[in-house]
Amino acid sequence: MSIAGEVLAPLLEVRGLHMHFPITEGIVMRRQIGQVKAVDGIDLTIQRGETLGLVGESGCGKTTTGRCILRLETPTSGEIRYDGVDIAKLGRRDLVALRRRIQVIFQDPYSSLNPRMKVGEIIAEPMKVHGIQPDSGRRNGRVKELLSVCGLNPNFADRYPHEMSGGQRQRVGIARALALDPEFIVCDEAVSALDVSIQAQIINLLEDLREKFNLTYLFIAHDLSVVRHLCQRVAVMYLGRVVELADCDELFDNPLHPYTQALLAAVPVPDPTVEAGRAVRPLAGEVPSPINPPSGCVFHPRCPVAVTECKAARPELREVRPGHWVACAVVN
Amino acid sequence: MATKVALTNPAAAATNLRQAKDFRALSGNPGRKVPVPPLLDVRNLHTEFRTGAGVVRAVDGISYTVDPGEIVAVVGESGSGKSVGALSILRLIPDPPGRVTAGEILFNGRDLLGLSEDEMRQVRGGDIGMVFQEPMTSLNPVLTIGRQITETIEQHRGAEPAAAQKRAVELLGLVGIADAERRLKQYPHQLSGGMRQRVMIAIALACDPKLIIADEPTTALDVTIQAQILELMQELTRRLGVALIIITHNLGVVARYARRVNVMYAGRIVESGSAAAIYHDPHHPYTIALLRSVPRLDRPRQARLDPIEGQPPDLTRLGRGCSFQPRCRFAVERCSTAPPPLEPAGAPGQSAACYRANELDAGRAA
Repeated sequence: MSIAGEVLAPLLEVRGLHMHFPITEGIVMRRQIGQVKAVDGIDLTIQRGETLGLVGESGCGKTTTGRCILRLETPTSGEIRYDGVDIAKLGRRDLVALRRRIQVIFQDPYSSLNPRMKVGEIIAEPMKVHGIQPDSGRRNGRVKELLSVCGLNPNFADRYPHEMSGGQRQRVGIARALALDPEFIVCDEAVSALDVSIQAQIINLLEDLREKFNLTYLFIAHDLSVVRHLCQRVAVMYLGRVVELADCDELFDNPLHPYTQALLAAVPVPDPTVEAGRAVRPLAGEVPSPINPPSGCVFHPRCPVAVTECKAARPELREVRPGHWVACAVVN
Repeated sequence: MATKVALTNPAAAATNLRQAKDFRALSGNPGRKVPVPPLLDVRNLHTEFRTGAGVVRAVDGISYTVDPGEIVAVVGESGSGKSVGALSILRLIPDPPGRVTAGEILFNGRDLLGLSEDEMRQVRGGDIGMVFQEPMTSLNPVLTIGRQITETIEQHRGAEPAAAQKRAVELLGLVGIADAERRLKQYPHQLSGGMRQRVMIAIALACDPKLIIADEPTTALDVTIQAQILELMQELTRRLGVALIIITHNLGVVARYARRVNVMYAGRIVESGSAAAIYHDPHHPYTIALLRSVPRLDRPRQARLDPIEGQPPDLTRLGRGCSFQPRCRFAVERCSTAPPPLEPAGAPGQSAACYRANELDAGRAA
């Protein structure tokens, strides 16, 4: 909201995003025998400067959503409006310009850095690709600056990734993402592979950078306590759909969807006294296959409060209180 | 999940359970000496790896005990030696490059380090069951689930195939897998991650073990499945009186399930004690810092996290002193001279390896 009270256009607006992957059979006579509905109609908006958390278990489609926004996948259908322009169907040439503005930080700092390149080359590569800072002296200066912004010794530019610890490598990945001065970064499980003591360092770094460079984050993660710490709003996904979306505090203090409630109850708290007082009733069953998802509400086979209606109709995401959206027929 | 159990060897389970109960009754009375000897007594264990970069002392003199029926957690970050410690108990350290260089591992009074390879094979999967992190890589992809369970039973108990098959069906029921007959004919790739871990638990339980060592049993699983598996393990170990060593980096999992906790850093146990003591009144700076660095769902959001600065230690280049000293807020000169011994500090049964343990009061840990 601006001072005048008018609503600003969101930086990113996703409408009816579908990403279906074909399953094929045969080598010569290839034919499609089904499809994986990795993302099955989701809507999201992200305001400038905001951090939106996207949580869910493996296979819920959170990473695919991130990859569609990065246009590493071309969505089956739906709109992805970035700063007013639909990028869902952009061609190669236009994508290059887009990628200066949208960057990504991956989960695994071991596989996302080229082991044969020095750290300095890794960070300089985006600048080379996009033809900014063509002068190698100035480019190296920029690399050193980025290293120190990310809390690393500028001399690390001459090292190889294998000479560094996991936390240091993740800082290199972050420096690379910042090299083009992006405004929007997709953090795909950016702290999940790190040890607890290092995780906190990287979370603090991401927060500092957000402030310093006015960044907007889409923070994809499965660790709910980290998401709660970093995000302003949170979307919970289950089997390719958003089941709940709300402001961070509202979602964690007052979860409405039965899946969100189960997810929160399943997270153990590092305190034996608190734990002793909690009744743990794990959610039964497992996530169904996205090839053949259940009818109606995809969560109904595991849902403790499901009614007959849930099998028939897919519940739409509706606003049950200001800013709190839930896709559940039972919640009112 | 509650399944009716008919164990082929109910006597063993009953004995386990009785010992566990005796122990619990007695340990509630701190004035009396506990007559039940520990089930597992690890004494001054050292495990080294010879690498190109030098000798890595992955486990550097750890000692701890596990009582019958007890759940003990070993917590630590990558490279702390928690897994190597567990693999050393089972004598599964690949040699070369690894070797247990010193120590004793007394299991039921017998030193496992003195056993022959044949005798050891009887212990593994017999008296001591194992559950590993990655159920896909620890199960054999070309054998059916059924064969992998019956193999254990036939090897250890000399059971006839038909009896082993019957027992396998029973075990799958025990770990909450419905439709056991059909599942036994399936291969690991046909099961989900959670199901595979249930199969691993079934194999671990196949020969009525007295102890199960679970190395990061739920790290590869989603949080709702993690909750299912941990509840299952807790319920089964309690019901069958099996002791459990759970190795994890997840402080929440430890708080929910363990009675006693050993915190490891750079190959040593830096603090040990009851879960309540470790979490509410930690006496080692590493434990204090570790607990403070995690965001918690049960507390108001913090403005900023309080991380442990610096990097984990390089095990080939450890100094003479305390290995946490370079990252420690409370370090003094003495800390860089010699590693501090694990000594009583705080609550009864709690000890910490820090020269300043008794100066660090509870207020700082909150």
